[in-house]
Amino acid sequence: MNMHKYEKVWLLFGTGTLLIFLIIVGISAFYMGNQPPSCAVTLNPDKVDETEPFNEPGLKQIGDDEYQLTIVASAFNYDVGSDDKVIEIPKGATVHFNVTTKDVIHGFELAGTNVNMMLEPGYISTYTNTFKNAGTYTLLCNEYCGAGHHLMAATIEVVES
Amino acid sequence: MANPQTQHHIEKKEVHKEKGNDYKGTFMSVMLLGGFLILSWVGVWILYLIR
Amino acid sequence: MIKKSIRSINTQDAKLAMAHMYVAFIALFIGASAGLIQTLERSGKLKLPAGIGYYQILTVHGVILGLVLTTFFILGFMLASQSKTAGKYTSGERKFAWIGFWMMTIGVVITATFILLNEASVLYTFYAPMMAHPGFYIGLTLVIVGSWFEGFVIFKRHARWRKENPGERTPLLSYMSVITMLMWQIATLGVAATVLIQFIPWSLGLTDSIDVLVSRTLFWYFGHPLVYFWLLPAYMAWYAIIPKIIGGKIFSDSLARLSFILLLLFSIPVGFHHQLTEPGIDPFWKYIQVVLTFLVVIPSLMTAFSLFATFEARGRELGGKGLFGWIKKMPWKDARFLAPFIGMLWFIPGGAGGIINASNQMNQVIHNTIWVTGHFHLTAATSVMLTFFGLAYWLIPSLTGRTLTARMNKWGIIQTIVWSLGMAIMSGAMHWQGLLGGPRRSAYSEYLGNADTAAFGPYQLAQAVGGSILFIGMIIMLVIFVNLAFFAPKGEQEFPVAVEGETSGTTPAVLENWKLWIGVTCALILFAYTIPFIDIIQNAPPGSPGFKLW
Repeated sequence: MNMHKYEKVWLLFGTGTLLIFLIIVGISAFYMGNQPPSCAVTLNPDKVDETEPFNEPGLKQIGDDEYQLTIVASAFNYDVGSDDKVIEIPKGATVHFNVTTKDVIHGFELAGTNVNMMLEPGYISTYTNTFKNAGTYTLLCNEYCGAGHHLMAATIEVVES
Repeated sequence: MANPQTQHHIEKKEVHKEKGNDYKGTFMSVMLLGGFLILSWVGVWILYLIR
Repeated sequence: MIKKSIRSINTQDAKLAMAHMYVAFIALFIGASAGLIQTLERSGKLKLPAGIGYYQILTVHGVILGLVLTTFFILGFMLASQSKTAGKYTSGERKFAWIGFWMMTIGVVITATFILLNEASVLYTFYAPMMAHPGFYIGLTLVIVGSWFEGFVIFKRHARWRKENPGERTPLLSYMSVITMLMWQIATLGVAATVLIQFIPWSLGLTDSIDVLVSRTLFWYFGHPLVYFWLLPAYMAWYAIIPKIIGGKIFSDSLARLSFILLLLFSIPVGFHHQLTEPGIDPFWKYIQVVLTFLVVIPSLMTAFSLFATFEARGRELGGKGLFGWIKKMPWKDARFLAPFIGMLWFIPGGAGGIINASNQMNQVIHNTIWVTGHFHLTAATSVMLTFFGLAYWLIPSLTGRTLTARMNKWGIIQTIVWSLGMAIMSGAMHWQGLLGGPRRSAYSEYLGNADTAAFGPYQLAQAVGGSILFIGMIIMLVIFVNLAFFAPKGEQEFPVAVEGETSGTTPAVLENWKLWIGVTCALILFAYTIPFIDIIQNAPPGSPGFKLW
């Protein structure tokens, strides 16, 4: 099987590029802690309301500039612990998201950020994000969950401290 | 009007010259493709980093 | 003078292939009409009448275009090209294929019925624990099992050719069909397992709960190779048909076969790149499958080189000078070339987007946003579809004993331009809105009135403009199809089969060592999936009951 010289060069260049992409992504994931959301903790989807911390959804300060935000999703609502569906976070804060669903699969996407994960019944989904930029971010569902899918939303206000 | 024998000789030379150009256009095309892949990937990676 | 109607393949085989084409183009009409309605609804300007749900229409769109149009067109094309290059089928083989065709068609009707009754608005991925009527799953099962029947015929015909031509290199189109159906066969085992073992008993009430993550993992084990099942027949056209249309030769027969072997090996053990943001899957194994996904890019890089080389060689033969002079020498006015070639060009941004999507944590930038929808409208709905349209211009008349007239050819050129224009606008807007965070699979909404979601509006308007243009393009294609199937002048239309050039070289026999390649494929799947799958089962939470939330 003959391969033209130019094709060899091209494939070397192409494979090398892919390798570099994999190394960049791999170092960021395994050495700098930027793994995709992969929480392994499970719970009983019928008992979400009784399982800590989901019995008390909302924002809780746990350190200097560090917060835990617990949210419970259901069709078609994000329970963020307050009726106005607004969570206020100071700019620069690190927030640990703790989320689960009471029924079907939902999405959990904070538009314009890297906060983007699936919520699956029986599993807890976690993600840690540092809010570098102030602004008003809409939290919305990006996985079809029924008739009210496009109505599931909440607001995260990142305010200048 | 060129002498037919010279004409033939010239044509032969041009064919050989083209053979030297074999697949240079292909190589350029795939390298441009590769460039596009790199630019688009880096663009989204930067977006990931700044968010 | 009435010209004699001459089909390019055995008449019985031609009828079998055409049956698939009728279903495929009916599916195109229904599915693309649904798409138009979707983009108009999402523009905010159209309110759907009571009784029609956005998500119901979206389910129709995905199932009809992603499963029916594709599968039927692909099988029709492969049966025709195998009959042409390996020789006609026996009546036994043909009968088996007809059984498969009818199974699939009946399955489609059953599933479609339940979708139209609003009993199955679960989208074409039917994620648990949303639960459709059991009829939805049973219909899909028939489609899958029917396709296995047709796959077996393709395997059998290829084996028979090898037996009748010992030691000889097999026809390229038959070889590539076998690889495609082999990949399909191995991949569909996953979706068959989840549907037969999980979804059907659960939806019938025979079991109380379903393990959601297991069902998703089995689905996406199937779901990624599904897109390669769509792509490989387009590659077949590019490698083994287009060179003949331009008057050129295959650049390398063996590299073409090698690229298909690599596609077989690396299309399947990669499903996790559709599950990168899910809980319950070890990030180590997500990364392993990301690495395997990047390997599947390589045969496409090879294909890009082969195709450009084929064009350059032919263009220079026709007198093209300089670095890119060969481009002008291509038959731009031939719709049989133009449509697939434009399809190839669109695969450049399509493939680029795919690499971005698969890049582990970078996936979080675009997961489940409408960028993803933009991506697969480039790859499946443009590269593959334009190629299939390009095939249809000669395939349909060659099967019906008619000819492609200059008038229909001209309309084919127009169709290609209209489709490209519509897709550029629609998919472009989808990609950009996705980067802004616009979700996919979502009806029109103003959310909470924040500025970030308000910014989605103009892009959804643009998608409606693009979608409307695409709808016109679909109508044009339908008119061409009906003409070529029923009204075009009778005659003989060439079935172009490419031959290899002098540079092609010999083809190593190892490429036809099926036991070896199936073995390696299975080994890679076991490597990529065994440990994480056992992990998923062992650490499973309580399962979920069914939900009907639409």
